[in-house]
Amino acid sequence: MDLFFDFPIIITGLVLAVALLFVGFIVGGIRERHHLADIERRDHLHAGFPVYDIALTPPGMQPSRGELVLGHVVIASDHFKEFVARWKSRFGGELKSFVSMVERGKAEARLRMIESARQQGAMAVINVRFETSEIGGGVDTRAGRSMSEVLCYGTAIFE
Amino acid sequence: MIVVNTEYVPGYDVVELKGLVQGNTIRAKHLGRDIGASLKNLVGGELTAYTELLTESRRQALERMMQQAQQLGANAVVNVRFTTSSVAAGAAELYSYGTAVVVAPKAP
Repeated sequence: MDLFFDFPIIITGLVLAVALLFVGFIVGGIRERHHLADIERRDHLHAGFPVYDIALTPPGMQPSRGELVLGHVVIASDHFKEFVARWKSRFGGELKSFVSMVERGKAEARLRMIESARQQGAMAVINVRFETSEIGGGVDTRAGRSMSEVLCYGTAIFE
Repeated sequence: MIVVNTEYVPGYDVVELKGLVQGNTIRAKHLGRDIGASLKNLVGGELTAYTELLTESRRQALERMMQQAQQLGANAVVNVRFTTSSVAAGAAELYSYGTAVVVAPKAP
């Protein structure tokens, strides 16, 4: 009998949950495609700029000074991907939906670092390091929201 | 103050080592920002409010590190490293450290 009264509430809840997943899937997908296209465009723009993760001064360059440059982004996965990942994580294996999020974060941080270096007139960035940290678990820990902070830093060298 | 994450300073010679210097800060998230971020979390992508918050905090950690270096009489910090960790729900620690040194321009 209780079930009979609860029925509309259960249905409403279900419909809402599915609607949120749907919004996450559609809008999140569109945003991701836009972002990936933007990353590709900027990657192309900075294709010739030398970026190394070794500390060695590149042969043939004689820098007069160096300076720390940072690129940084906080990126979140969408609701749909999170839902999929939560289920997938019960069975193990690669979480493809999170791979794309972290990749986007890495690319964005790297590009921001390069842009900052080029704006200052650097000729290269050396000793590049990446750092990713999980800063989720805010007010609402239960939801298991995942936010990643990606930091990319290096030393810009100048002529 | 020259700050680099290489073990040497391009174009300069390290004359003297002054020691380890560090700077840190712990930032809590703003409730308003957190609510905004929750909404943004639905569709994914960059959480601009947090990016700004952490950029600002990291600059503060760096400045504290540089201040320490200055007190030691250094004019550069080399081999700078960063770490971020969440120390409590909703709070992040940003930590930067490096070695304070005295450098002089390379003789031509």
